Amino acid sequence: MTYILKPQLHHPKLATNNLGFTRRDYEGSVSTLCAGCGHDSISSAIIQAVFELELPPHRIAKLSGIGCSSKTPDYFLGASHGFNTVHGRMPSVLTGANLANKDLIYLGVSGDGDSASIGLGQFAHAVRRGVNMLYIVENNGVYGLTKGQFSATSDKGSKSKKGVVNHDAGIDLVGVALQLGATFVGRSFSGDKDQLVPLIKAGLAHKGAAFIDVISPCVQFNNHVGSTKSFDYVREHNEAVNRLDVIPPRAPIHVDYAPGETVMVTQHDGSILSLHKLAELYDPSDRAQALGFLQSKQAKGEIVTGLLYVDPQAGDLHEALDTVDTPLNALAGDALTPGSTALAKINAGLR
Amino acid sequence: MPISVKAGSVKAGSVKAAPVTVNDFVVKFANVNGSGSASANGMFAKSILRMGVPVAARNIFPSNIQGLPTWFEVRITEAGHLGRRGGVDLMVAMNPQTWDKDLAEIEAGGFLFYDSTKPLPPGKFRDDITVLGVPLTAMCNDRYQLPRERQLFKNIVYVGALAALLGIDPAVIEQLLAEQFAGRQKLIDANVEALHMGATYVGERLEPIRLQVRKADKVGERIYVEGNAASALGAVYGGATVCAWYPITPSTSLAEAFTGYCEDLRTDPDGKARYAIVQAEDEIASIGIVVGAGWNGARAFTCTSGPGISLMTEFIGLSYFAEIPAVIFDVQRGGPSTGMPTRTQQADLIGAAYASHGDTKHPMLLPCDPGECFEMGALAFDLSDRLQTTIFVMLDLDIGMNEWLCRPFAWDDAKSLDRGKVMTAEMLEAGVDFGRYKDVDGDGIPYRTYPGVHPSKGAYFTRGTSRNPYARYSEEGAVYVDNMQRLLRKFESAKALIPAPVARPAKRKTTDGVIYFGSTTPSMHEALEALEGQGRHLDALRVRGFPFSDDVYDFVAAHERVFVVEQNRDGQLRTLLMNEGEIDPAKLVPVLHYDGTPITARFIAGEIGQLLALGQIEAAE
Repeated sequence: MTYILKPQLHHPKLATNNLGFTRRDYEGSVSTLCAGCGHDSISSAIIQAVFELELPPHRIAKLSGIGCSSKTPDYFLGASHGFNTVHGRMPSVLTGANLANKDLIYLGVSGDGDSASIGLGQFAHAVRRGVNMLYIVENNGVYGLTKGQFSATSDKGSKSKKGVVNHDAGIDLVGVALQLGATFVGRSFSGDKDQLVPLIKAGLAHKGAAFIDVISPCVQFNNHVGSTKSFDYVREHNEAVNRLDVIPPRAPIHVDYAPGETVMVTQHDGSILSLHKLAELYDPSDRAQALGFLQSKQAKGEIVTGLLYVDPQAGDLHEALDTVDTPLNALAGDALTPGSTALAKINAGLR
Repeated sequence: MPISVKAGSVKAGSVKAAPVTVNDFVVKFANVNGSGSASANGMFAKSILRMGVPVAARNIFPSNIQGLPTWFEVRITEAGHLGRRGGVDLMVAMNPQTWDKDLAEIEAGGFLFYDSTKPLPPGKFRDDITVLGVPLTAMCNDRYQLPRERQLFKNIVYVGALAALLGIDPAVIEQLLAEQFAGRQKLIDANVEALHMGATYVGERLEPIRLQVRKADKVGERIYVEGNAASALGAVYGGATVCAWYPITPSTSLAEAFTGYCEDLRTDPDGKARYAIVQAEDEIASIGIVVGAGWNGARAFTCTSGPGISLMTEFIGLSYFAEIPAVIFDVQRGGPSTGMPTRTQQADLIGAAYASHGDTKHPMLLPCDPGECFEMGALAFDLSDRLQTTIFVMLDLDIGMNEWLCRPFAWDDAKSLDRGKVMTAEMLEAGVDFGRYKDVDGDGIPYRTYPGVHPSKGAYFTRGTSRNPYARYSEEGAVYVDNMQRLLRKFESAKALIPAPVARPAKRKTTDGVIYFGSTTPSMHEALEALEGQGRHLDALRVRGFPFSDDVYDFVAAHERVFVVEQNRDGQLRTLLMNEGEIDPAKLVPVLHYDGTPITARFIAGEIGQLLALGQIEAAE
């Protein structure tokens, strides 16, 4: 919702990636979110991730629903087509877009209201279908645009800015995504770019349904004492299970950590996820263990972050449907319309 | 074959004197849902078609899988009247639950065919009809061991008996059995045996009745197909690649037919699919997937019924305002709410035409038979790409789920798909100015780009919020109004693309007109003939889409009084005519049929005849 034009002047010595793009080429309009909003940090992390992955911006399609978080796709990747859909329904629109053209990279951006309340069903079904996408929820536990109501991810017992205590159990989208078969699940914090940028890179490179829950404090309505989504609370209770580095396909592998502390996972596109273990026994290839670990930590009020689960050999919806390699939107008329001879046969069978 | 027949079958001697009715009568089967009767009944209807005599067959079924009453009505009509006639000449009463109702429905002088295994008291019959008893259960119990066999073959036995009574060539039915069970000779033999069991019983004990089927040549090249299947085939020919749907009666068979046709016609030699079909979690996700695919340049559709349209309205509004192609097949059923899920109505017109909040209008196509379902099913995709909006194809249960006799499908191989105004990478590279919502040609239709088209040009942000011609967010009043006016211009442009109405002028000059559409068509034509026979003449116009072209308004203007015949309570087509054409309501006389059964010629002719007579009396006074 931009009224201010962005200055076109660039620093003459901005770094370029191998495609010749600077970081600025991946930016969008000026954000109209509140100063200090966690969502802007996530936008910035997305820009950084795409820049570092050296993806041509127009090969990404960014989709969102309705809400503060869903406004953000206007603020990054200005050279990408974007679609600000309807409330809670981005997953179905993204699914359709993905079916139409399997060659683009699909980035879904949503919020806790958009995905955990009205859109919980669509979120669940897009995940269980294995739509090839990175789905990011910018999770602040509060309705910002309508000024401070609890969202479905607000923890039970947490307090609103007005002092009201939330009596409803919070929905943990990470747990939901794990249960529904997401093949890449992570959680991060908008205030921890070092952790977030590699997660986004890995998620974009992942084939299949990738989900990242990013705790993103709302500076206006959910950053007070008694909130479990405030900057202070998240910093104090953040339990990172690993540190991730993404090594692009065919790049030399260089790892800082001692052997044994690091797990190397090769993804479908050849990129390697180098995972440095922080929680000694945590195994991100074990879905059941991930769920148990999350629940036990959650019970103690801790927020587990990092790459929580990954299946590097996952398939996607197109594989399940066994669609042709050519994107469906690029099939020419003769590949689609069977013609009059075939029709004559059909007519003959209907007499 | 030892059969104990307790209730004596009545010889049809008493009606011998009555003139024989050839190729013009109605047979109705009263069955129990889930008893396997549908296949046998369908074969009965098709055997008559194969004898060159047109039939109009309709399933009247409950919202139930097993146990509730279901009927199959076959109108045998050499004259080619494919609407429902009303009334029954021969009732095949196989369901004790509905006996009294079924008995009452038989026309005086008609026939009752029943399973006479158990004797029924004389009070269970009528004096003015002929009763034909065949001990079907006894015959099947005697011949078959397995309960399922006894049940299924009973259906074929009665088809055999009916064939003998009505003069249907058993060889035709044998041929149909051979086609249906091709490659399974044992099954064919068993069915043929059952068929002859029924025919032999009748041949030995009863005489053919005065209702007779005789070979004719009135079917010709015509095909016999459901509207849902025809629509699905239209979608294949129209280039649809993405189908997202949620099961709902009466539209489910459309998605299933699309799946079948795609498997046959759109599969590469290596087994890869040139299509994607997703059974979504609900109707909202279905239309969401369609909108996403349409946004990304694929032709996509969903099929649903009224309750689904209600759920989809928010997305339909998005498609209208953000200008995204989508096609929705609405196979209408009885509403409102869950309504009558297995009954027919034309009651979604207003809901579809103005679906969603705010000022919205959506083009609709109104096919009258499966032939038009195919044509309009394909056309809808060209229109949605051309107009960049949702196109509704409005079927109803009667067209969608019943097999109709219609002209064969035809396709012009020289025709190419119209992808509408799409700005290509070459155009962008050449420096053509791209404003996503800019009216370049004055027809209200802007250019769009497919996502991923060009490394640095042509990207835009699609949104359901107000924006300027360059797709940038704006809540400026003037910018908003300008855009809404352009959308109206686009709707005007749609008028030229919607199939023109079909006129059927009266044989004599008249000031009375009648407007109708969709599944009402065959009954309307029959009613017009009947009215003509009474010396009542009306010019008729069949509307084939919305927005209405000027031809429709000119027709109204050219007549003093116009009857609007439709299958809903509130006169929805009439409302659209009044609203869009600023027509005086007094001029448009509603003729409404909405009990969930298909409208009949008898009803239309009766209503219009009465209204005309009333008009004459008033004029005389």
